[in-house]
Amino acid sequence: MLDNAKPQPILESKNLHLYYGETEALKGIDMKIGKNEITALIGPSGCGKSTFLKTLNRMNDLIPSVRITGEVTLQGKDIFSPDVDVTALRRQVGMVFQKPNPFPMSIYDNIAYGPRLHGNHSKHELDEIVENALRGAALWDEVKDRLKKSALGLSGGQQQRLCIARALAVQPDVLLMDEPTSALDPGSTLRIEDLMAELKKNYTVVIVTHNMQQATRISDKTAFFLVGELIEFGDTKQIFTNPHEKKTEDYITGRFG
Amino acid sequence: MKVKHVIERVMNTVFFICGMVSIAAVLLITIYMVIAGLPAILEIGPIDFLLGQVWQSTAADPKFGILPFIMTSVWGTLGAVVIGVPIGLCTAIFLSKLAPPKLAAIVHPAVELLAGIPSVVYGLIGMMVLVPGVMNLFDLKSGSTLLTAILVLAVMILPSIISVSETALRAVPPEYEEASLGLGATWIETVCKVSVPAAKSGIAAGVVLGVGRAIGEAMAVMMVAGNVANMPGLFKSVRFLTTAVASEMSYAADGSLQKQALFSIGLILFIFIMLINLLLGRILKKGAATK
Repeated sequence: MLDNAKPQPILESKNLHLYYGETEALKGIDMKIGKNEITALIGPSGCGKSTFLKTLNRMNDLIPSVRITGEVTLQGKDIFSPDVDVTALRRQVGMVFQKPNPFPMSIYDNIAYGPRLHGNHSKHELDEIVENALRGAALWDEVKDRLKKSALGLSGGQQQRLCIARALAVQPDVLLMDEPTSALDPGSTLRIEDLMAELKKNYTVVIVTHNMQQATRISDKTAFFLVGELIEFGDTKQIFTNPHEKKTEDYITGRFG
Repeated sequence: MKVKHVIERVMNTVFFICGMVSIAAVLLITIYMVIAGLPAILEIGPIDFLLGQVWQSTAADPKFGILPFIMTSVWGTLGAVVIGVPIGLCTAIFLSKLAPPKLAAIVHPAVELLAGIPSVVYGLIGMMVLVPGVMNLFDLKSGSTLLTAILVLAVMILPSIISVSETALRAVPPEYEEASLGLGATWIETVCKVSVPAAKSGIAAGVVLGVGRAIGEAMAVMMVAGNVANMPGLFKSVRFLTTAVASEMSYAADGSLQKQALFSIGLILFIFIMLINLLLGRILKKGAATK
């Protein structure tokens, strides 16, 4: 509908530095992430892309030695400001992890976990949320007859879509995905990629991926990280066909990494 | 090559024999308990024995009803569980999920020490502190009551509940907890709604282990429970299955029905413990199956 309109940045990092103890893992990252876009973060292992991703919903807070300077704003508001409620932030910026990690509960309870946490206990509303979330993650038809069965009985690909559905159930604005398909077979990977194209209509997606074909297939923007620095950030097409930086070119042509 | 082969065979046999020793011990004990315990039960009559409410083993017309002991053991264990499980579980949660590492490094060895204290020491402390305490607090003639025994047992089962639950809680995959935090849960919410349910079979195993310890404990409860063969009441002096055996064994005449009945009590206790172990095995198996 708004295909030609310029997307608004929903997330923006300004001069973001992150230290694990003495080690500087992010060295001044400036990036604007557009609303309803898919932004892919690529780069070799240890380049800081996952660290950057986890900074966006403050999952790094869990590591005691982490120190952060600079700013990340979500819809204009600094997420490190002392008056920010981290739980509210994480509700707004959901996360899907590398390894599918459904809770050892029923499929239904997995999805309802978030809404219940935030005070919704109406059976009727939860039923609706669960159905919508599962439909949103293209899983409903496969599991609608066994919602009360354990989520651990699902296949790896189904589990990952369940995790996406679980994240959708709390109605986030942004979805962070940390190599969501790296533990999955090619078929399941394709299904999740198709799903991401759907998700883009309603959500902003930031995805870390090791798979460059995946980045070209699904993302609008691509950011290339190398040893804690953002080397290049731009339209995916431009990055992969006409990179401005030598290092980017070397990486995407497979000369290292 | 040949020598190596022989050593291999010999060592195999050594390990096999060692493995058989414990099986043989269990078998022999089981057989002996049945042989020693069954005659008195048959002579007294299973119903009179198990459901009889009067135990007068040395009277001119002796009565051998062990229902008071059974019920005391059941209520005493239940009471210890009701008090000990919440405290033990909360301690395990604290140690595994909440305590700063330095504090955990102090509390953890303290819990282990608790497990190593001999039961007679628990009994002594119970006698000196709890018995007078219960007497004064509830204005009783004697503080040697079921309640006092429950309190001692509750403390005694803490270490097994804590250490087994703590291990189970630590084994919860961090991915579960990350997922919960990522959905906007606080840490306490995450621990209560994800970590504890995920560790439930381990926690249940800890509780059952505690039950086993409580039901089998003799020395400490003998010293604080008053040792009178009453039907149980919270403020009554009572006698447990274990203490019933221990307190009369020293003076029961060999071959007398009294001595045989004591063996029968032992058999009943043995069956209780076996059932608890069976339950424990099932819980652990079920836990392993859902992983």
